[in-house]
Amino acid sequence: MENLYIHIFLLFLVVITSVFAVSHFRIIRGAILLGGVSFFVSIILFMLKAPMAAMFELSVCAGLITVIFISVISITNPPYIDQRKQNRISMWKKIVALLSIILVCGVCIYIIDEKNIAFIPVMKNASAAAMTTKDSIWNMRHVDLIGQALILLTGIFAVVVLFKKGKDEK
Amino acid sequence: MFLLLVLIPLILVLLLNINLYKAGQKTAVFAAGLFSLFQMFFVFSPKFLSTSFADMLSLKFECDGISWIMLFTISIISFASICVLYASETLSSRKKFNFANLILLSMAGMNGLVFVRDIFSIYVFIEIIAATSYVLIALDKTKKSLEASFKYLVLSSVATVMMLSAIAVLFMAAGSTEFVKVAEMYKQYGTNPLIIAATIFFIAGLFIKGGVMPFHGWLPDAYGAAPNPTSVFLAGIVTKTTGIYTLIRLYAIFDFSYSVQMVFLVFGALSVIVGAFGAINQNNFKRMLAYSSISQVGYIVLAFGSGTIMGVFAGMLHLFNHSVFKALLFVNASAIDSELKTNEIDKMAGLSSQMPVTSTTSIIAFLSTAGIPPLAGFWSKLLIIIALWFSGNREFAVVAILASVLTITYFLIMQKKVFFGKLKEKFYTIKEAPFAIRFASLFLCAITVLTGLFFPLILNFMGFLFSF
Repeated sequence: MENLYIHIFLLFLVVITSVFAVSHFRIIRGAILLGGVSFFVSIILFMLKAPMAAMFELSVCAGLITVIFISVISITNPPYIDQRKQNRISMWKKIVALLSIILVCGVCIYIIDEKNIAFIPVMKNASAAAMTTKDSIWNMRHVDLIGQALILLTGIFAVVVLFKKGKDEK
Repeated sequence: MFLLLVLIPLILVLLLNINLYKAGQKTAVFAAGLFSLFQMFFVFSPKFLSTSFADMLSLKFECDGISWIMLFTISIISFASICVLYASETLSSRKKFNFANLILLSMAGMNGLVFVRDIFSIYVFIEIIAATSYVLIALDKTKKSLEASFKYLVLSSVATVMMLSAIAVLFMAAGSTEFVKVAEMYKQYGTNPLIIAATIFFIAGLFIKGGVMPFHGWLPDAYGAAPNPTSVFLAGIVTKTTGIYTLIRLYAIFDFSYSVQMVFLVFGALSVIVGAFGAINQNNFKRMLAYSSISQVGYIVLAFGSGTIMGVFAGMLHLFNHSVFKALLFVNASAIDSELKTNEIDKMAGLSSQMPVTSTTSIIAFLSTAGIPPLAGFWSKLLIIIALWFSGNREFAVVAILASVLTITYFLIMQKKVFFGKLKEKFYTIKEAPFAIRFASLFLCAITVLTGLFFPLILNFMGFLFSF
């Protein structure tokens, strides 16, 4: 049960960091905060006994992708427009948002503690945890690897189409 | 064998983009066009149902009647969209090159989605289609298209979160994401509140992807602001595959209870009515077609709500018909846009004398949409109404019939304003759209007419498809 509180606390941190990441005016800080989100997610994955997934999350999402983001931002040097005065979110809105997140976490803990809700039913022969990483990637999910290749190519085209200026474009 | 339809477009994209030789936009457009034609004929090949190649790579690809219909529809609509792309004068050659590549990737994603039998793989392939769609909508990089793409991105992300959460719950319960295991789990724990909640989350995510009321907010903007070939592609097949096809596929395994069926009936009826009323008020041709699309998708959802095999059959048939006639209407909107450089209905009048092919095919498409015999739309709507009536949902059958009157109303208004009446002086020099667009129009129109006229044969063929 103590682990559960830590999970909920970590989830709270994930939500808060995500909100800050998408609402920050400086894109470089947003990228660093996204790395923070991945860091907390990887801790959760470690705690859920998925070390390989946690390692991938930590090295690829928190590490590699953050480095790529920061490099691209440094190379392209996007103009920083200080819109804080126009778009400043008032303090009371921030407090309300924070309180609502705390309230949701509190309700979750209360329900888990007091109500003793029957969680997700698990079938008798459901043995996903016993699967090795090799099994899950190469024997079970190789269809998804084709999907990954397609998504990668789509991502490249998205960058080319949206960010590369053509000769006829201003 | 099935794998070819996923691997070929992937290899084509790689070949077009490696610098062995400089592939121009024409090469890319022809490659995409040829692949869609290949797929169109390949699905009729007797060897198609052989699974030896898939088995060799131990890929869990499967093909049944529903997959077959989807593959054929994907190829038809992609081909029509590529014809419009070829004729497009507003897109630069660079954009045409990118479009052709993206359409190939999207086709690979859709073909993969049609073959997989695993809820997580479904999610992966839906994301490929969604990611290509964001880029295709924003291809013009105008303020409107970027805004529409962003709106779609945000709502689609919400759908993604819902679907992933549902998949996580179902995976935890079943220990696997394969259809067979999930179906087994449903038999045991289908009434568990968390499993029901996960099911509703999954369905809501698919409703967003399919543009069903009340999750349709992104759809008119996306269809209206996207470049013409994208509109044809999106309206014709993308939303149908990601939202509606997946719904049909899961329908078999989710073992929906009566309450979930009622959700389908209510949301389907809402979509039918709100979409039709929304279409009446539109002044933009493409936006009007977008609302009409919401209304027609409502019919498909209503058909599933009947909870009978006949309902699924009718829904599948209407999905095919709707894809074809809606793509035809968007091709016609592209034809008008390419000549008049506008989509505003009020600015058009009397175009039938200058654009006879566009006008005639448009009439046929709208008659089919309204369900007028003997066109394709009539048969699928008739089957939907029969399925609703005999499943005891008579009030929804009446809604479906009344909404057809609304469909006729808004299409008559459109037809009168755009094609009939006196031709404005400034349009005297207007001529028919380029050959590629006319060809796409006539091709889709022929399918609509032939499906209607030879419906008994189509019905037999569909019966054969559904038997395996």
